[in-house]
Amino acid sequence: MKSIKNHFSLVVALVSILFSIQVFVIVDRSIEAYKENLLESYSVVIVSKSKILEKDILSIDKLFLSMSELSPDEVIAKLHTGMSKKNIELLRLTLPKFYKLQLKSYPTIDEIKVLTDKLLMNKSIIKVENFSHKIDSTYKLLLLFKNIIAVFAITVFVVTTLLIIKELKIWQFNHSDRMNIMRLFGAPSWMRSAILFRLAITDAFIANIIVFILFKYFSSSNWLLEEFQAIGIQLTVFNPLSDSFSLLGIAIGLSVVLALLIALGHKEEV
Amino acid sequence: MDKVISAENLTLSYSDNEVIINKATFSVETGSFVFITGASGSGKSTLLKSLYGSLKAKSGSLIVGGVELKGVSTSKLNLLRRHIGIVFQDYKLVKEWTIERNIMLPLVINGYDRTVTNTQVESLLKHVRLNHQVGKYPKELSGGEQQRVAMARALSHNPILILADEPTGNLDDYSSELIWNLLEGATTQLKTTVIVVTHHIPEIMKINFKHFHIENGRIDEVH
Repeated sequence: MKSIKNHFSLVVALVSILFSIQVFVIVDRSIEAYKENLLESYSVVIVSKSKILEKDILSIDKLFLSMSELSPDEVIAKLHTGMSKKNIELLRLTLPKFYKLQLKSYPTIDEIKVLTDKLLMNKSIIKVENFSHKIDSTYKLLLLFKNIIAVFAITVFVVTTLLIIKELKIWQFNHSDRMNIMRLFGAPSWMRSAILFRLAITDAFIANIIVFILFKYFSSSNWLLEEFQAIGIQLTVFNPLSDSFSLLGIAIGLSVVLALLIALGHKEEV
Repeated sequence: MDKVISAENLTLSYSDNEVIINKATFSVETGSFVFITGASGSGKSTLLKSLYGSLKAKSGSLIVGGVELKGVSTSKLNLLRRHIGIVFQDYKLVKEWTIERNIMLPLVINGYDRTVTNTQVESLLKHVRLNHQVGKYPKELSGGEQQRVAMARALSHNPILILADEPTGNLDDYSSELIWNLLEGATTQLKTTVIVVTHHIPEIMKINFKHFHIENGRIDEVH
């Protein structure tokens, strides 16, 4: 019973860490997916005195994906009432050129400012409309949410790591007699501490299985998928293979490192 | 005769204020049987601890099995301990392990294979008259039987040196006699050096032995 209690404490601590890490991963993925959505409807419009080449603009910053010229016909159509054909042609020639720039990724406010400044350094460009005011408030909220989750995950990580260290110290105390006896007969450190490592790795596997079941359930739950669909994104909440391997790696790595620290800190009783 | 232990001006202490053993010089020849006596708190067990490297010398030199223990590295000390058998008054058996597993501990540490280990354990259980207790845990045995398990463990890897700290302190006469016989046998049959810390030298001893007495931090050879 005591042994189960000891296992339970470490498993709970590891589950907390893995859970908070995976929640952070999901939030990060959802923000990335939302950025993709926003990017599709976002572009920068530039106004130029003369014709400019796409390659010249794309070379200004690697964030630019493509450039297309906007037809002035719509503007002309609004002005043409009562104008002769000749005057319309003249107007067409004197009107500045309009271009639409697509970006590779959804920019931050700072990136938009930098891009605008870079574009305005081109003497042909007289105006850049970056629609920075349109940077979605939902996106900003998600970024804030991501930062809060990151702080939360780090806090959980630190607190539970301290709990794990405490738990391993209890284990060390429980196994202290055996470790001392083995030391008296010349057992190397790894052999004396093998039981600590075995228990830590076992608990890492148990914690990983619990987290796997939890997120497998979440990822197949309609309510969660509907929530994401409501904000127009589709994403993998939990990848059973890559995510669970990553979490298992973290759990084993953390347990082994902490067990190692405890084992190295074990002193012979004189 | 080769010396398995050689101490020169050996000073032992747990703190700067109190010296337990003060500038002691002595040696122990290979294959000999040695008693260390003294009053309670005289430093008998402290001396024994220094012999298996659990307590480092404050000053002087202490060589055991050819290894200078002053400033010895952990790995070298581990290697030395693999050639030493230790018996304590409180047995120091691993309570979660069966008696066979306890006996085979030094063999496992020394890397013997399973066949050798099993054969040796079987033979030792007969030797210490515990072959009828196979599969039992220490708490299921009497004190005398537990000490015999500890003796079997100390003998299992044919050590060059056996250190025993009041091995019969908690035992009845019958069990004590068995333990003394086993320790004598280690010297006569295996040529192992045996050092025993005790309050009283038993009258039943049939072999020649060396006797050191500790008093006021001094170690004197009695005969």
